Amino acid sequence: MGAWQSYQLRVQRKRWRIRAFRKRRDLRPVADRTADIKPSDILLFSTQRNEGVRLPWFLKHYRDMGVNHFFFVDNDSTDGSLNYLAKQPDVSVWATQSSYKRSRFGVDWLNWLAMKYAHDHWALTVDPDELFLYPFCDTRPLRALTDWLDASSIKSFSAMLLDMYPKGRIDAQTYSPGQNPLEIASWFDSGNYTVQKNKTYGNLWIQGGPRARVFFKDEPKLAPALNKIPLVKWNRQYAYVSSTHNLLPRGLNQVYDEWGGEKASGILLHTKFLNTFTDKAAEELERNQHYGASREYVAYAEGVKDNPELWCKWSEKYINWRQLEILGLMSKGNWA
Amino acid sequence: MSVGIVMLVHTALDRAEDVARHWSRGGCPVVIHVDKVVPRKTYDAFVARLTDTPNVMFSKRHRCEWGTWGLVAASQDASELLLRNFDQVRHVYLSSGSCLPLRPVEELVDYLNQRPRTDFIESATTADVPWTVGGLDQERFTMHFPFSWRNQRYLFDRLVELQRAIGFKRRMPRGLVPHMGSQWWCLTRQTLSAILQDPERDRYDRYFENVWIPDESYFQTLARKYSTNIESRSLTLSKFDFQGKPHIFYDDHLQLLRRSDCFVARKIWPHAERLYGAFLTDANGAMSHQEPNPGKIDRIFAKAVDRRTRGRSGLYMQSRYPNAGWENGVTAGQYSVFQGFSDLFQDFEGWLGRATGAQVHGHLFAPDRAEFSGGQSILNGALSDNAKLRDSNPKGFLTNLLWNTRGERQCFQYGPHDTPKINWHMAVDPNAQISVISGAWAVPLFKSNANFAEIRTQAARLQKIESKILDVLRAPDVKARVRIWSMADFIEAPMEPLQVIIDEIGQKGLRRLAEAPRLEDLAGFGQFLQNLKNQGMHPYLMGDFPVDPAPRNLPDSHRKPYLIKK
Repeated sequence: MGAWQSYQLRVQRKRWRIRAFRKRRDLRPVADRTADIKPSDILLFSTQRNEGVRLPWFLKHYRDMGVNHFFFVDNDSTDGSLNYLAKQPDVSVWATQSSYKRSRFGVDWLNWLAMKYAHDHWALTVDPDELFLYPFCDTRPLRALTDWLDASSIKSFSAMLLDMYPKGRIDAQTYSPGQNPLEIASWFDSGNYTVQKNKTYGNLWIQGGPRARVFFKDEPKLAPALNKIPLVKWNRQYAYVSSTHNLLPRGLNQVYDEWGGEKASGILLHTKFLNTFTDKAAEELERNQHYGASREYVAYAEGVKDNPELWCKWSEKYINWRQLEILGLMSKGNWA
Repeated sequence: MSVGIVMLVHTALDRAEDVARHWSRGGCPVVIHVDKVVPRKTYDAFVARLTDTPNVMFSKRHRCEWGTWGLVAASQDASELLLRNFDQVRHVYLSSGSCLPLRPVEELVDYLNQRPRTDFIESATTADVPWTVGGLDQERFTMHFPFSWRNQRYLFDRLVELQRAIGFKRRMPRGLVPHMGSQWWCLTRQTLSAILQDPERDRYDRYFENVWIPDESYFQTLARKYSTNIESRSLTLSKFDFQGKPHIFYDDHLQLLRRSDCFVARKIWPHAERLYGAFLTDANGAMSHQEPNPGKIDRIFAKAVDRRTRGRSGLYMQSRYPNAGWENGVTAGQYSVFQGFSDLFQDFEGWLGRATGAQVHGHLFAPDRAEFSGGQSILNGALSDNAKLRDSNPKGFLTNLLWNTRGERQCFQYGPHDTPKINWHMAVDPNAQISVISGAWAVPLFKSNANFAEIRTQAARLQKIESKILDVLRAPDVKARVRIWSMADFIEAPMEPLQVIIDEIGQKGLRRLAEAPRLEDLAGFGQFLQNLKNQGMHPYLMGDFPVDPAPRNLPDSHRKPYLIKK
């Protein structure tokens, strides 16, 4: 990479940071408990809109893992979830009525909060329908991972998005608050992911899974990206570029080994496909606030209309992280 | 007689405190060295907490940056203090704050009492040992290292380069042979005091102050001078990863550590409550009375290093995406590609499946869909037969297929109709076995009911494509096992090449083929080729077919399958 390109990326990173700084005005603090944060705390960042039904399990999952403080941006929820979040003792929440799209799908808001509060902390940035898994997550807390990453001088940790879906129609089983969504959406595609390299940012671009197989089979290039880098030892100079798919400086995107070895990596179980999905898809289609002219939701609306079954004969049923590691979806790397 | 413990502590003071109390309870005097970076207040509190514990002392504090002299100075001062104040000590055990005693203290004492003159210190000559990470082995003794590796990396590296360039060499003090090894040792009073009271010590110290990572070489070298009985291994279980960092033990290693039979393990994660609980509270932690044997742990950590450096062959994923040439196996398993066979033989796929027991697909790269075996539309790993999905990344499709079906031999058909983008990837893959009957694409044309003008166009197109495929397969850097026959050659004696291919697939052991595939009826094929020629389209890839009568040795349409006997 030449000096010129390097300079361009630097300018771009500054631009995202300035943009995040300006977008801070969108955010109105509803519950600010950031004074409780201790220097070694692990922080979680998320935007949410009407995800009230998911939040109890989401908070439980990450509290059990060892997240110390949650940052939420509530984008104009109408289901009382803002109130629910404001009552939690370890949650700070900001509300906004501004456009999700014009905050670059929440990235600006979270970049701002991370810039202000996450400097020198490990920060996990996930959506309310994403459940993070890492090697040994059943026996070691998240702090064991971050301590190990610190000791190994690793600053960012990748976790591919793995779409989970139920057997049968997506809307056949009703999800209730506090329930483990994996009880319903317990299936996934194990081996149809394709990888390319993004030359500009140096990250991998991964596509595939049930969404490519069912919704994007005619336009595979438009299928959603599944590569994510959700766990970062944050520095106020950093900025996420496009969702958590990649960030700047670009060295943070080097979460993969190029010389044959495997680096340690995790998984984000994506529990989007519950019975809530059909309504959500319809609503989001109408709001048109999502990436790429919401083409994802256009495809869903069409796909879901005639055959809302993602399950197939070769779907795998989720057991634990070790299964995912054996299937080659994540890796222990040299963490043993 | 007893063993005295020197503990070098820099973080997780509460854990160090637990361990110090444990040693003290077992009757071992402890001298603790706390790194100078620990703030005064924290240090004082730590000292105050341990005042109630008998036989615990604190030595003069040094700044212990990794790779520098401070660690040795700290060990020296602490050892001197220990030897001076505790006369009953015969062995001194150097440990760190993140070390955890695994076996009851009495067992260690017994073990050392039975070996009163043995020094346990890993110590190997630098000439023979390629352990070091980063390349500085002999050079760490012959250069100056005034800059910090951590904080002044640039200057550190430049100075190393400079000294290399001008051929600068320091001389080792006379009488010493450089040795290296784990910095965690257990020395007898005799050896240790001889080292510490050496009349030449000032000279040695001055020399080693400028050696890189002296804690791995100071005692290791000097022990060779004085010890009468060195056992060159460390009593401390410590595993290192590929960058030379110690592996860390967690709660889930409990059973592993129990079975390790080692006296002391490092490093322990400070928050590993179960480990500290199990080994520090329960004195008889069910460890057996055996020689230390960390073999079981070795395997796990060796595997981890292997995974990090070599990875799993044929896997492409979020944290493994090897550059070309570094894949360590482009695909996950061996596979066979057949070109022209299914055109020449009836039900070739069914026959191949029966003959080999492998999974046999049709044309995986056919233009309309991937023809998975048994007409499935989705295969292992939920791989879709959709042509657009496949063609958006044909190599990914192939590597996925082979990864998903690893353990089961895959065979598929290929031909000039199929997507050409995959051709080169297969040709450079040592796992591929590619067999081609060139020109066999003409058989379906010959059988077809199309207009001759159309057949001619098709034949010209297919011949052009196949000739390109053959060029690729004949390139000098091809790594696949490639066999190419012209159609005329092949049908002269079809069973021989088939037998070779099947043997190489080697699924069912070396058995003679019991059943031959049925050749298509080729009566009139020679004339068909001649007609093409007459139209100005010269088919050459199939070799020479006589026009009339039907070629020799060609079976008639009623021919029965036969056995080849030897």
